[in-house]
Amino acid sequence: MEMTNNQFFLTSVEKFVRWAQKSSIWPLTFGLACCAIEMMNLVSPRYDMAQFGAEVFRSTPRQADLMIVSGRLSNKMVPVIEQVYRQMPEPKWVIAMGACASSGGIFDNYAIVQGVDEVLPVDIYVPGCPPSPDAVLYAVLKLREAIASGQAHGGVMRA
Amino acid sequence: MRQVVRSGDYDLDLEELVIEGEGDRMTLSVGPHHPSTHGVLRMVLEIEGERIVKATPEVGFLHTGIEKTAENLTWQQAITVIDRMDYLAPLSNNLGYVLAVEKLLGLEVPPRARILRLLFTELQRMASHLLWLGTTALDIGSQSVLMYAFDLREGILDLFEEASGARMNPSYFRVGGIAQDIPEGFEDMCRRFLDRVPERIREIRNILDENPIWLDRLKGVGVISAEDAIAWGVTGPNLRACGVPYDVRKAFPYAGYDEFEFDVPVGENGDCYDRYVVRMEEIMESYRLCRQALARLPRGPVMVNDRKIALPPKHEVRQSMEALIHHFKLVSYGFDVPAGEVYQALESPRGEIGFYVVSNGKNKPWRVRVRGPAFYNVFAMPVMMQGALLADMVAIIATVDPVFGEVDR
Amino acid sequence: MSGVRRQREPYTGGAEAMAYVRDEIVPALVAAFGDGVVPLETPFEMPQVQVAPGQLAAVARWLKDRGFNMLVDVGGVDYLPRKPRFEVVYHLLALPQLWRLRLRVPVEEDEAEVPTVSDVWPSAAAAEREVWDLFGIRFAGHPNLTRILMPDDWVGHPLRKDYPLQGPRAQLPAHAAERNRYHAPKLPGDPPGTAGLPGGAKGGK
Ligand code: SF4
Repeated sequence: MEMTNNQFFLTSVEKFVRWAQKSSIWPLTFGLACCAIEMMNLVSPRYDMAQFGAEVFRSTPRQADLMIVSGRLSNKMVPVIEQVYRQMPEPKWVIAMGACASSGGIFDNYAIVQGVDEVLPVDIYVPGCPPSPDAVLYAVLKLREAIASGQAHGGVMRA
Repeated sequence: MRQVVRSGDYDLDLEELVIEGEGDRMTLSVGPHHPSTHGVLRMVLEIEGERIVKATPEVGFLHTGIEKTAENLTWQQAITVIDRMDYLAPLSNNLGYVLAVEKLLGLEVPPRARILRLLFTELQRMASHLLWLGTTALDIGSQSVLMYAFDLREGILDLFEEASGARMNPSYFRVGGIAQDIPEGFEDMCRRFLDRVPERIREIRNILDENPIWLDRLKGVGVISAEDAIAWGVTGPNLRACGVPYDVRKAFPYAGYDEFEFDVPVGENGDCYDRYVVRMEEIMESYRLCRQALARLPRGPVMVNDRKIALPPKHEVRQSMEALIHHFKLVSYGFDVPAGEVYQALESPRGEIGFYVVSNGKNKPWRVRVRGPAFYNVFAMPVMMQGALLADMVAIIATVDPVFGEVDR
Repeated sequence: MSGVRRQREPYTGGAEAMAYVRDEIVPALVAAFGDGVVPLETPFEMPQVQVAPGQLAAVARWLKDRGFNMLVDVGGVDYLPRKPRFEVVYHLLALPQLWRLRLRVPVEEDEAEVPTVSDVWPSAAAAEREVWDLFGIRFAGHPNLTRILMPDDWVGHPLRKDYPLQGPRAQLPAHAAERNRYHAPKLPGDPPGTAGLPGGAKGGK
């Protein structure tokens, strides 16, 4: 965006839209396991995600832009997560929070899906078990950058 | 006439919300993705108007295979997966497991380790109850309490981070002691934290205790009688709220709880409000226990002096061949545990958590069966919900305090 | 308002209570049921007895009438290759007496069935479903014996010792990427080549 004579605002529609998208990411409350507890900490006074316009945790997928998959995804949960993801309006982004959501973590067994990217397109992976809230904040910042630069489009479901 | 409506949050098939033509009974599915279910519980409710006629909990959405995974790890490694079961109180899980294995081994841990374990478990109980308080208050509609409670809980997480390096899931205890001694200055840090507790708890209780909305939503709601609670296997604060003074710490003392002074708060009505008060009082009892533990923390080692179980100190490994061999063996193979079965019960923030550990004399557990208190508490919920209003469901689920890592394991 | 707490002494003295069970209740139980109940050694405080599956229902009633009002836990153990292969383990507690007792019920692999105790202790209903789900031991007379932790269409009982840790993934070609892929429960019309697997390979990656 650039200012001309302090009166006009010249920008392309796309840039403007991206700016709007990145400035108010509304995450979905999708808590699965231990990581969800750390995700809840994001709105606590110490971490305060509100400074990035992303503190409005929505309970219904229809009002959310960002799904933070916080925890291990079991086989039984897969149909649910697919459904919830489908219900989110586009553009939508996914952060895989924690080792389990990224790769199955320490649970390489029959019950756990080895990473949510098996079922959803993931934009950002956050390592840690659980990642500290700072790490998730950093991921949200990275996502903002990616949205602004047009790298993260807010994917469509594969297959 | 049968009408099928899609619910907003989740439907496996189209039949989420079935309204039947005759009568006004309908089936409503809540969860597994629902803000009030504290995780991934699915409640299938049959309601008539606003009244719940029948509730059926469905669990398993977080089944992690922890028991099976533990069978494939060595005794010491299994601590990490057991940590991640009840993720609000990982140290209680740790303690139960290591006590069970130590019973099989016939080990006695050094006094400093014992008291540190007690200190950390009680801090953990406080943290768990605080998180419960914050989320419950949020469900009932008070966001400020969430902020207060989380702020206090951060103090405990800082202590964990200081001692073990991790805020949650610290895996701090070991068979034979604890992983490492607390760092310098930790005791002062802990005292500084404890100084904040009574004041802050009083503040929170000032907000809630006499608050008409809080009372309306909790008093007389979700009542369960003592007989029902016992029959359904309810333990912990939920059972004590019905007036049954059963606390494993007093009844079957472990880890030296019998040397400490504390009371067991008991309610009388078995409703949501009593569950709240019992937990609040328990925070203060844990506070007392922490103070006592700090006051009588002895000096000394924090790990047993048995090279077959405990890793040798680093400087020894660099100089002595024998220590190097021990180190190698412990890290790669672990140690054997005599065959046998043992059941270790302990009081976790949610109730009696039991570890039934079976060994066949090898370096891996043959079976680690965990009796999760939340599992039984969840299946007692239908009793509490019988005849309650739909809106009370939120209060009931919240005050029972289920943790699904532990329900589903 | 919050001050009205009834002060009650907590229950104490678990160790003596368990000694009482060992010395008094277990002999009485053995006397009442003869061959059906065998007392076992009690290396770690908690008394334990072995109960024949046929006698379990009667033993449960007898114990409930004597005061064991809480069924703390029901769990399974797979002792492969021992025969009988399985064991269902019941932990009982009596409040306020603080008695504890463990019942161990050996179960054969071919007729993996024991009578349900959910009519005696309602808390057994959910726990027995879990044992069925994870071990495949049936509970005769159970009101609703369905899977509880695994999806309904899952094949196999994961906590059996011959069930691979990685489940259906372990049977796939030892190709890491393939092994780590999520496999949806098999649907009619899945491509051939996945026969025998609980999950058909999910395409579209
Ligand atoms: S990554 Fe760690 S903390 Fe997060 S869900 Fe998995 S086990 Fe829990």
